[in-house]
This record gives sequence, structure tokens and C-alpha cells, in this order.
Amino acid sequence: MANLILETLSKSFGAVEVIPGLDLQIEDGEFVVFVGPSGCGKSTLLRLIAGLEEATAGDIRIAGESVISVPAADRGVAMVFQSYALYPHMTVRQNLSFGLENIRMPEDEIARRVEAAAKMLQIEELLERRPKELSGGQRQRVAIGRAITRNPKIFLFDEPLSNLDAELRVLMRVEITKLHERLGNTMIYVTHDQIEAMTMADKIVVLRKGVIEQVGAPLELYNRPRNLFVAGFIGSPRMNFLNGAITGVSEAGLSFQSPHLPSFTLPARPGPLRAGATVTLGVRPEHFTLSENGTGWPLTVSVSEQHGSNSYLHCATPDGTPVLIHEAGQSRVARGDVLHAQPREGHWHLFDAAGLRVPLGN
Amino acid sequence: MRAAAIFSRALAALPARAIEPVMRGAQNILGIKRMPWVFLFPNLAAVLFFSLLPVFINIFYSATGSDRLYPADRPYVGAANYETLFECGSYLDPSTCSRDLFWRALGNTLIFVPVQVAAMIGIALFTAICLNRDIRGRGFFRGIFFFPVMLSPVVVALTWQWILQRNGALNGLLTALGLTPVNWLVFPNSAFFWSVFVTVWAHMGFFTIILLAGLQSIPRDVYEAAKMDAANPWRVFTRITLPMLKPTLLVVFILCVIRSVQTFDELYVLTGGGPGSATILIVQYIYEIGFAIQPRNFGLAAAASLLLGAVLLVFTLIQLRLARGKSYD
Amino acid sequence: MTELTARTAQSSILQFLTRRRGRVRADWTDWLTYAYLFLGLAVMFAPVLWVVLSSFKAPVNLAEFPPTFLPYAAETVTVEGFDEPLSLYEVITEDGETRQLAQIRRVGLNAQMIDPANPEAGRLVVPVADAKPVRSILFTWQNYARLLSASGSDLWLFVYNSLFITIVATAITVIMNSMAAFALSKYRFKGNTLALIAILMTLMIPPTVVLVPIYLIVAQLGLVGNLWGVILPTVATPTGVFLLRQYMLTIPDELIEAARMDHASEWRIYWRIILPLSAPALAVVAIFSILSRWNDFLLPLVVLNRREVFTLQLALASFQDENQIHYDQLLAMTTLTALPLAFAFIFLQRYIASGIASTGIK
Repeated sequence: MANLILETLSKSFGAVEVIPGLDLQIEDGEFVVFVGPSGCGKSTLLRLIAGLEEATAGDIRIAGESVISVPAADRGVAMVFQSYALYPHMTVRQNLSFGLENIRMPEDEIARRVEAAAKMLQIEELLERRPKELSGGQRQRVAIGRAITRNPKIFLFDEPLSNLDAELRVLMRVEITKLHERLGNTMIYVTHDQIEAMTMADKIVVLRKGVIEQVGAPLELYNRPRNLFVAGFIGSPRMNFLNGAITGVSEAGLSFQSPHLPSFTLPARPGPLRAGATVTLGVRPEHFTLSENGTGWPLTVSVSEQHGSNSYLHCATPDGTPVLIHEAGQSRVARGDVLHAQPREGHWHLFDAAGLRVPLGN
Repeated sequence: MRAAAIFSRALAALPARAIEPVMRGAQNILGIKRMPWVFLFPNLAAVLFFSLLPVFINIFYSATGSDRLYPADRPYVGAANYETLFECGSYLDPSTCSRDLFWRALGNTLIFVPVQVAAMIGIALFTAICLNRDIRGRGFFRGIFFFPVMLSPVVVALTWQWILQRNGALNGLLTALGLTPVNWLVFPNSAFFWSVFVTVWAHMGFFTIILLAGLQSIPRDVYEAAKMDAANPWRVFTRITLPMLKPTLLVVFILCVIRSVQTFDELYVLTGGGPGSATILIVQYIYEIGFAIQPRNFGLAAAASLLLGAVLLVFTLIQLRLARGKSYD
Repeated sequence: MTELTARTAQSSILQFLTRRRGRVRADWTDWLTYAYLFLGLAVMFAPVLWVVLSSFKAPVNLAEFPPTFLPYAAETVTVEGFDEPLSLYEVITEDGETRQLAQIRRVGLNAQMIDPANPEAGRLVVPVADAKPVRSILFTWQNYARLLSASGSDLWLFVYNSLFITIVATAITVIMNSMAAFALSKYRFKGNTLALIAILMTLMIPPTVVLVPIYLIVAQLGLVGNLWGVILPTVATPTGVFLLRQYMLTIPDELIEAARMDHASEWRIYWRIILPLSAPALAVVAIFSILSRWNDFLLPLVVLNRREVFTLQLALASFQDENQIHYDQLLAMTTLTALPLAFAFIFLQRYIASGIASTGIK
């Protein structure tokens, strides 16, 4: 049980700076998800914490102690690898006990721990099998089991569900969440899948190019993305963006004008924005109201996706900017129809020219 | 995997426990980063001691004279050994050279290598293509062509000597067919032919297996596409098989030439270089002047082997350079 | 009835040969292929078969020309009044009758014979030209027996020497090569390419080229006439390192990282993870090492200069050193020398071939 502090941690591979100095604090018992597109440095960051990569500069502290020069095995962390990295020539039992044998733990203690982990993960019947004879989900459990037997302070997961099929992924997601509740350890989980991040995390760390874009609880990131990148990354399907300009600032709010669309007023306190400033308006697909009376933005439907319980309407503004609209239930809209849609009040996000969030009234 | 599992259990049980504390200690003292050098050390030491050092000693030997083995006893003679080798009345007539056997061996090698390599690769390629077909008993035939590779050169040579001798099986067969028996190993030309034949017989299986692996790595769908394009078998062979087999063929060619130049064991036993000097090759010459003929002339042997090494090196480099940039990958 | 079964057997053999996987009928290229392969079978296999058959012939039989295919021995008969058994001859008498007579002695062009069925009838004088020896197929062990008695315990010494060199050199080769391959495939360190090049460069140095200096080094180590003098110079095979390295590159790095996090020391990773997982490649390296050590000739010829340290190959070659070749013993010894490899080949054939193919040179 321990908290983790990263201080100006940086990592370069040759001339390439993957992580240019990063600060982060993770509390004891938290489930933290590192999320970002591929190549954002999230796996490198995890491997730095694990001790599998050597940091170029900075410090890592686990439970207050610096572990920057401690070898991976002695940091008190356990890792679940993306490929599971089970020893193919050993049985499940040997896989689980190999690490404990290496530190010369008494045999009865090893057996006790292996049994306990196997019971917790319901893999007791598989103990004498080899990894080759297991299904993907079973291998995943064994890999987690191997981490559990070591009784680590911090669990590290490197995209552990990416090799599973969609259905199994949902199941394992729930199981890992339950496991966290049961064990109460600090867990760090790396994924590129924002749904995994949203559903599992106590705290999400959004990374891009080795830089933290935003840290926060899942809904906080969803409701108040700090910048365009986070707004686009969190939420599925992704947020619609409309480029435009502020045409006027008044007591009532800001007037937003996008080419070929009627302007409307966003209720905002007078802020740093002046009339004429270029901005981007963000509206999530589920935050549109379709109006029957012809007011709002005229959008031409190009594809109407029927999922059964939901409908997704792929539309375009008169100047061709794509807009996706979510409609609950089954839609009667067909290709070529012109809709009139209005962003739902209070569910709009405004970003300035630098891509940073502009606080609105909501 | 089952075999691997048994092997793994055996390794766990082996008395490597004696080495383990030593290696763990080394790791504690040196750190993980220097451990690869610990793992490399035995092999690297052996390579330095028994491969690289000898090259330098050879250079030293070739520049010194006398029949003494120990370097300190050997007087410096400069390029005299090389000069001796090249000392000739006329380069067109080996018998005018002071070391005529060297030139005869060199001449024999220059004929032997191209003939043997061409025969070897041609036959091995044809065999590999036959074995790559969808035929019954493929494993059996593959085994039949491969098994002489396992035989020792001495066994190979003695086997063929027994067959080719005056009262041997071959002459028996000829007599049965109403032909005149020939004393095969007594006439220079027939002895040379059988030298090539026997070495090809002994080694073609090795190259066949490599070529067969190369053929099998050509994806089936390429052939299927060619079939859809109505290509005839000869076109399929020249336009698809050969180009795609080229990397493998190159490896086989280089290996084959290097081995061919080094041919010694089989011929030493089969013909002993004879009749006369008809089948003596360059390596046997090195052996003869360095070890067999008294007084031993290590300097001359070293000079000759350095020349051989230089030729092989240049050959390999040219081949690799030619191959580069022509690869399809 | 028997003819019928013979015919069905014949046609089923024909069917077996002509049937092809996938296609129903064989075309002319298949016949050509089979013709070539059966020719190959004859050329590749007949010589060895011939030697083995010959090794079972008595010296008299060996000296015959034209040679007989199978070993034959003259039949003998014991006749009352003679201590030694007499050779049996088929004789055509003057009246055209064929009789079997035992030869007592030969005098010039005539032979004294006696009828074994009727010894009282007295001696008959028969021209040699009219008598043909009665012979039957007989596999005789006498060549082997004479080989054993002539070389005595030496033979076992040669076998021991060959076995010792082969086993010890192969064990050292496999361990040393795999250690080096492990270092060169699983570590990123300064000088790894240099080390790899240094090892692979020795591929370019033909062993015969460095024969003299190796002899010097062996002599300086005091190992001339010692089995270790043949073992040590041959253990660092560059091909072994190369093959093993290529194979080990396919073992995922994550396994090693997992093992490292499992507190395994580097040696333990090598011994318990890498070696078991490289078993197929190790087998190939071991087989090639066994083959070349068992068959090695030039280096033993130079280094092993006393009869007590001769290997089988040297002993075999020494049989034809004198002006006269003892074919009877030579053939027996040839068969004995090739025997272990023939057995090894039967068991390992598939493995060797797939080994060359899979780990192989590409």
C-alpha cells in the first residue's frame, strides 16, 4: 500500500525526448488510468515506474522512498504485460511461484499464496496446465495472478485487455475493477481505449507526446475538458467541433458565429475574450435538440446509422463541416434529409484560439 | 513444447547450482549492465584465442623461415616465402616453378571448384525441386539424399574406393554389361572425375535441404496466381521460382564455394592427391608442406594459407556486394 | 490364387506410387520426378549397402572378380578319415552325370576328390575345369571378429576417444554458444555489434587456413597428443552463436522483463527461461556439433599423433597406410564407424531437416 510521486521525470531515447519532464501524484489505493493515443508515452511512463526503463532525469518515490536507482524487482511493484509474458514452458503453478522461489520463500508459504491467488481468480483447476492450453481470458487471469502472489505495493497494467475480444474485454474490465475493490492496492493502468479509462478509473491521466494534458475523475474530464485535445479524446463518439468567431460581447453572453450558420448567444461571464476572437465550439453528439419548427442549424444527413437502441446521424453543415448527432431510440431520418438542430443549453464547450477551455456560465 | 518442458525440468534439476551463486555474485559486483560481457566471455575468449590470434600468428609465420615451430626460434625472412611460391620460369608451365606442386594444386583447385560447385548446385537444385513436389514418400527420399552428409569423409572415401578399385563393384557391373573394366583411380582424368563425383555425392544433401527450405518459403499463393495467369511450368520456374529463391541460392553458392575450396578429407583418403599430382588441391598442399613432408615448412604453409584466405575473403565480399541492392525484400 | 494376390499387391503399390495428394492422376512430370528419385535412391544408397554387404564376406569371397552381390561361402563336408572338413564341388563326370564330390587336394590341373556319400569308393581324379564349388549365402562375422582380435582393446580406445571428444566438445559448444547468443540477443549494450562481428568474422576464416598457428597454440598449451587439443580449438563455432541468436531474438523481451520483476538473476533467466525455450535451436546446434566432431579428420590428424589417442576416423584412415589394404577389416571398421551416425540419422532425420529449415539460413 503506497502512494506514488513522480517528480520532473523525463526520458529520452537518444535524441528523441519521449517524456519531457513530468510531475504526478497518485494517492494510496487509487485506480489511475493513463490514457492517450499510441505513441503518447504512456507505456514508457509505466515502464519507468516499473523500473524496466531507466529515467533520464527526475525522481520516482513510492511510499515516500526514492526508487529511481532500485532495480525493478525490488521496487515493490508488479506488472501485468500486454502479451501476458507467461513462461510458456512452465505450468500455471510454476508461473505463479517462479518469482517467489527466486527470493527463496519457504515452500509452504509459496503454496499458500499460489492457492489464494488461484482461488481469488478462479483458476484453481488450471494450475497444472501450460499457458498454451489456456484461453485468452484464462491467460489474462494467470498473468494477474502472478502479480497478486507477489503482494506488491502497486500493480501496473500495460494494456492488458487489448488482446481479448470485445465481449471478454467488458467482462475482464468489471473483474479488474472488483479486484481493485477487494485488494485496495494502488493500481496504474495504461490503455488507449477511453471507454476502459472512463469505466475503471478513479482518476484519469490524459497524455499526449509525453505531456499530461489533464488529470481528473472520469466525469470531470467528460464535463469540463481542459482543452481541445482532451475534449476530442474523452467521450465516444467524439465531440463535434465548429470553428467560428466571437462577433459580440454583451451582458447576456458571447455571440458565436460560424460561417453559413445562424449566430447564437452563449451565456458567459465577460472574460478575456474580445469580439473578433477565433474560437472553436464543441458539442457532444448526445447534446443536440432537433427542432421541428425550422430554427437552429440546418444540417444535411449523409448517413443514418441505426444501432437499434440508439441512432447516429452523420450530418454536415452548409460549409461541409461534419457533425454527428445522437438520437435515442430508432430514428426515422433518412439520407438527404435536412435537420434543424440546436446545441442543448449548458452543454456547450468553448475553446479559444490556443485550444484552451473558455469558462462559460455552466 | 513437450520436449521443451522435459528439457526445462532437466535444466532445473542439473547441478548448475554450483555456477548460480558465482554468477549471482558477478551480477551483484558488476551490475546487470555488464552481465552480457560475462555471458560473452567464454565464447569471445575462445574466438580470440583460436580464430583471431591464429590469423596474426599466420602472418608472422609467413614472414619467417626455418622448420622450427616456436616463433622465437624463427628468423625473419620478409617476403621470401611468397617469393618462393611465385618463383617460376614461366607462369604458363608449372614445372618451371621452384614450387611446382603449389601451382599444380592451385591449377587443380581452379578447375575443381567451378566444376564441383556447378554440379553440386545444379543437382541439389533439381533434387530440391523434385522433393518440393506433391509426391508420395517425400520424407523418405529427402532422407535418402541427405544421409551421406552424416557420413564421415573418411567413410565416404573408403566406400567409394572399395567400389572404384580394380576388382570393385563398378567394374563388376561393367563386366556384367559386357564392357571393359577400367582402373578408375589410376588415370588422372577419371580420378579427377570421381573426385568431383564423390564430393558431390557426399555433400549435395546439405545444400538440397537448404534449397528445399528456400523453395518451401515461397508462398503458395504466388504459384496459384501464376496458375491463374496461365504460366507454363518453365516460365513459372524462371520467372517466379528462381528470382524468389535467389537469396537462398546466394547463401548456398557462397557456402558451396568456400567448402569446395577447402576440400581435403575425402580426396586425401580417396586418391591421396594422386595419381601423381592429378587431384591434389590447395589445402592438401598446405597440409603436405606444413606437416607431412620433412622438414616441415611452416612459413610456406602459412604463406599459402594466407593467400587462400585472402582469395576467399575477396570472393565472399564481392558476392555479398553483388547481392546487395538486388534483394526483393 | 497366389498370382491374383501378387497382382493386387502390385497394382496397389503402383497405385500408392502414382496417387498424388490433391490431384487424382499423375502427369508425365510426376513420372519424371519418380524416375529421378529412384535413380537417386540407387546412387545414394547402393554404395553404402554394398560396403555393409561386403563387410560380411569372407576374404576369399572379397577377392573374387566379378564380385558377388551377396556374401557366399563354399560349402564343406566332413568325410570319415579326414580331420579337416573338405570343400564341396559339383563335378560333371565323363558320362555327363553331375555329382557332388569333396576335394581332398589339388594337384596341377587335376584334383583328388572323394564322394562324401560313399567314401569307400576311393579317390577320384577330376580336372579342375570340370569342378564348380558348391556355395551358399553366408553372412560371416569373421571380419569383425578378426578386427576385434587384431586391434584388441585399441578399438574400444578409439571409440572412447571419439566419444569423449564428441560429447565434451558438444556440451561446451552448446553452453558457450548459447551464453554468447543470449548476451547478443537480449541485451542492449555498447559493443554488442562489435562482439557479434568479431564472432561472425571467424566464419570467413576457414579452419584449414589457420591450421599451422592452431597447432602452435595447441603445442604451447602442451596439448599435442591430448584429446583436449582437439576439443578446445573447435568449441567457439560462429554458426552456433548465429543460429541461436536468431532463434533467441524471437523470444519476447517481455518474458525476460517479467522474469526480472520476478527477482530472477540474469543467470537464472538464461538457465531457466532462455535455455528451455531455445530447445529446438539448441538441438540443431548440438546435432551439427556432434556430426562435425565425430567426423572431424584434419585437426585430429595433425594434433593426435600417437596411436593411443587416435579417433575412429584416424584409425580407419590408417588401415590403408601400408602398401597393402586390408579390405576385410577395413570394411568391417567402416561399417562400425558409420553405424552410430546411421542410427542417429534414423531418429533425427526429420529434426535435422526441419532444423536447417526453421532456424536456417534465410
